[in-house]
Formats: sequence, structure tokens, C-alpha cells
Amino acid sequence: MPAVEDIIIVRDMVKKFGKFTANDHLTFSVRKGEIFGFLGANGAGKTTALRILCGLSYPTSGEIKIAGYNVYKDREKIKKTIGYMSQKFSLYENLTIAENIKFYAGIYGLRRKVIDARTSELLDKLGISSIRNRLIRDIPLGWKQKLAFSVAVFHNPSIVFLDEPTGGVDPITRRQFWEMINESAEQGITVFVTTHYMDEAEYCHRVSIMVDGRIAALDTPGKLKESFNSKDMNGVFLTLARSKRMNAV
Amino acid sequence: MKRFLGFVKKEFYHIIRDYRTLVILIGIPVAQILIFGFVVSNEIRNTKISILDNSHDEITKKITNKIISSGYFDLHSYLNSYDDIETAFRKGNIKEVIIFESGFSSRLTREGEASIRIIADASDANTGRLITNYTQGIIMNFLKDLVPPGIEIPFTIDSRPRMYFNQDLKGVYMFVPGTMAMILILICALMTSISITRENELGTMEALLVSPLKPVHIILGKVTPYVLLSFIDGLIILLLGYFVFGLPFHGSLALLLSEMTLYVILSLSLGIFISTVAQSQPVAMIMSMLMLMLPTLLLSGFIFPIENMPLLLQGLSMIMPARWFIIILKNIMLMGTGILFVWKETLILLGMTLFFMILSIKRFKVRLE
Repeated sequence: MPAVEDIIIVRDMVKKFGKFTANDHLTFSVRKGEIFGFLGANGAGKTTALRILCGLSYPTSGEIKIAGYNVYKDREKIKKTIGYMSQKFSLYENLTIAENIKFYAGIYGLRRKVIDARTSELLDKLGISSIRNRLIRDIPLGWKQKLAFSVAVFHNPSIVFLDEPTGGVDPITRRQFWEMINESAEQGITVFVTTHYMDEAEYCHRVSIMVDGRIAALDTPGKLKESFNSKDMNGVFLTLARSKRMNAV
Repeated sequence: MKRFLGFVKKEFYHIIRDYRTLVILIGIPVAQILIFGFVVSNEIRNTKISILDNSHDEITKKITNKIISSGYFDLHSYLNSYDDIETAFRKGNIKEVIIFESGFSSRLTREGEASIRIIADASDANTGRLITNYTQGIIMNFLKDLVPPGIEIPFTIDSRPRMYFNQDLKGVYMFVPGTMAMILILICALMTSISITRENELGTMEALLVSPLKPVHIILGKVTPYVLLSFIDGLIILLLGYFVFGLPFHGSLALLLSEMTLYVILSLSLGIFISTVAQSQPVAMIMSMLMLMLPTLLLSGFIFPIENMPLLLQGLSMIMPARWFIIILKNIMLMGTGILFVWKETLILLGMTLFFMILSIKRFKVRLE
């Protein structure tokens, strides 16, 4: 029985590419305001699932509800209530910081005054007000990453989808990034994040681990470590991956 | 030395295993030579002509036969009056009209002098001149055959060539329409295809697709600046042609601008189509160049006349949008014709536009999956 606060409900989601099954009957729910980690190795099917939830592709079959909307019928409504940050950060290199913000905010229907006010607020918070007119290609990777996230949540979506957002940045920057995620979650935004860095799982409320297209485990990090008798999430994953391989053999 | 050889070996592996490199190394030179060899020809073959024979006597028939059996000319039709000449040219089926004055034979035998008028369609300046030269040459030969060699020819046939549509054989009459066709298709197709593939590469396309923006808005938004730019470019070329080179403008401006807009939209559809096929920006660029610019340059009739090409290339030239656009431009500007004479070409452009638009939309949707 789905709880009232479930903002993402997925039941028996299947995605096939020809004969290859990328997502094999996934079933899970994400609660409102939680940070949900969608973990798995490269090629496990995380990005495929995320793309379906975002409305970038259609599932082969399955029941999916995002913020109460049906993913088959109410795509337009879903698009207005979600935010997205791609692996490549989705910012335009030859636009300035301010121009990027204005562009995306405009697409989500924010009014000019609101955009201006929020932009100033955001830039102050990130400490980059002085370079608001600098081109994106001229700012360091870590700043780009934080900015990309801020842009993704600028319009206060109910859910934000992050696709491997911490690739290529140093551990300190990653840590700071997760602090931003925490902040957003505290303000009520549900965060759905895919990653293959197992240590980031510790920062999530709950995580699911995908192996070969299926969800092999789903629980809080603490409980997972307990049941797999491991001191960290890395260990949990290795155990899962090994058992799968042994079953296959 | 061994290290060096090891490296060279690796390079050979790269080349052989990447079929694209092989295509470039071998395929393209072969294609180029073949195409250039067949396309670049300053000869004329099977040029369609009409004859207005006001005499219908033995000598005019002999001259006519000689012209038609030369291999250079094909008889398209006999005209009945001077009024038919203009229409015949405008229809675009013939390149030359030969007019025999009445009482030709008797004038030639009695007075030793008769006249033939040659009117050539010189909207293509080079072929215009060639055609009249060849015709005059055949007439000259006919005269020579009438008398034994060595004896002075007692007859003269005064053949005055007249260049229709392009009195002074100005090359610019050919050059400006062709340039416009090529530049427009280049800008539109190249720029849109690059713009869209760049968006894909950067990862920003995904962010756009997740947003409330509809794919149709995205495409239109990408395309609109280029429509405006291309339109301005087209106008600039026209203005320069008119004011600097004295290009005539006999037809309707409104019609010309409408046809230009249609052509621009077609080129943009091509660009979008290329973007749904190309995986990256460099690929998009090369596809645009190879598929559009080069064939347009060679096969659209811009520089090398289509009629002189072998049938295979003539067929190929039919799918070049530029070919039809150049015909439309020349018709409107040089001949001053209205939609009645260019409706066929317009319809072809329209059909191509619809085809590529529908194809692109379909592919774009599939790409989303």
C-alpha cells in the first residue's frame, strides 16, 4: 500500500532495447523530501531508469507515478514540477553565469522580477556575485557543478533528478556539493541521485543498488551495512556484485 | 629503428581498420575524378532546338538535317511564328531557335546571299556562345560542301546570333543565382546541423528535453535565427547583383522572396535531418559538405551545364534542391516569368521540404528513445 508521502512510485518497470533488458521489473518508491540514492556499477541500468523517470524516454512497460502524475499521460505536468542536472552539467559554455540562470528560469516560467531577485540571492550565497558576467567556460569545474545544481533547483521543483553529478571533481568539492543537496532536501525538495561512488551512499536517506538491471538491495545505508555485515557501502556493493557473479556461474 | 617501425605498423592498423579513412583515401579521389571528368565538359551534346522555317524549301531542309544529324543538336519542335519564340524559350525546353527567312533557296541561288537568324538562350552565358558557334560552324560546313574544294564559296549565309535574356553574355547572370543557391543551402544546413549536434554533445539538449519546452519549440527556436540570417544574406546577394553587377530583375519581387523563403526552409529541414543522423559536430560538418555543398557545386547546373552530363549524373542532379532553385531564380530574374512557368519547380521544392521535415521529426522522436 503506497504511503501518502510517496512522491515517486515505480512498479514493475521494464525497459528493453531490442533483446537487451536494461531495467528488469524495477519496483520501488521514493518519499517526499528524502535523498534517494540510486546506486550501481556502470552499465547496471541506473541512467536508463533515471531517463525514464525524467520523461526523456518511454518505459517498455510498468506503472510509474511522479508527483502524483502518470508518466504516460501527464508528461507535460511532470516536466513543470521536476528539475534535472545531467552528467555534463547542462550549462552553456559561451553564456555567462547570469545568462544561464535567466535562460533556464525563463523556460520554467519564472517572472523577470522573481528571476532577478533569486539570482542575486543565489550568487551571494555561492559567493560568485562578482563574476556573474563571466562565461561558464571560464569558471572552474567545482563552481560549475554547484551552479548547475542551483540552476536545477532554481524554480523550486518538487523533485530534482541528478545524473552522476559528482564525476570528475575532488573529494572536498564533492562534500560541499552534498551539503547543498542536504540543504535542498531540508527545504522539502526530493532528491533522486544516481552515482557509482559508493561512499556517497552514506549521505542518502535510503539507497537502492542495481545489479544487471535489477534492484539487488534497497534500504537505509545503516541497515544495508548491517545485513551485509560490512563496515561501509563499498563492502555491501562488492558482496552483492560477487554473489551475482557466482550465481551466474 | 624497431620502435619506429612498431609505431608505423600501428598507424597502418588504424588506417586499415577504420573504414572511413579508407573511404577518404581511395573512395573520394576516385569519385572526384569520375565526377569531374564527366561533369566538366565544354562540349555540347543533344542540345534541344526549335526551328522556325519560313521557307520549307530544299536547302533549308538540308541545312536543318545537317544540324540535327550533327549529334550536337536535337530537334525539339518546329515553330509556326515569331510569337512562339519567346514562349518556347520561357518554357525552358529549348536552348536555341534557328530562323530561316522566307524564300531562302531562291535568295541564295539568285542573289548569292540569304540570312539565318540564330537566337540562343544565353541565361547560361558559356553554353549560349558555344551553341551559336557550333551552329554557325555547321552552316559554314554546309556551304563548303556545296562547292568543290579550292573554289571560293559564292554564297554567304548571314547568320546573326542573338543572345536571349543575356544580350552581353554576362557571366554574372549565371553566377549570382548559383551563388545564392549555394550559400543559402550551406548556411542553413550546415549551421542548423552543427547547432543541434552541438547541443547534443554538450548535454544541454537533455536538460532542454526534460524542461517544459516542447521538441517542436526547440527545433523552431534553433532554426529561426538562421531563417532571418539567410534571408538577409539572400537579399544582400540580390542587391549586390543588381546594383554592382547590373543583374536584371524582370519578374515579381514578391514571388522571388517567397521562393527564397521556401528554399531556406528546405535547407533548414535538411540541416535538421543531418543533425538527426550525425553523431557529432565534425560528422555533421562533413556530411553537410559532402552531401550538400560539393554536389550542389558540381551537379546543380551552377557552373557546369546539366545537359552535357551523362544520364546518371543528370538523374542525380534532379535530387539537388539547388538545381530547381536556380531555374526558378533565372526564370524570375532574367526572364521575368511568373508562377505559371515555375510552378513545377516550386512544387518539387515544396515536396522535398515536406519530405525532409516529416523524416526529421520522425527521427527526432526516435532519437528521444
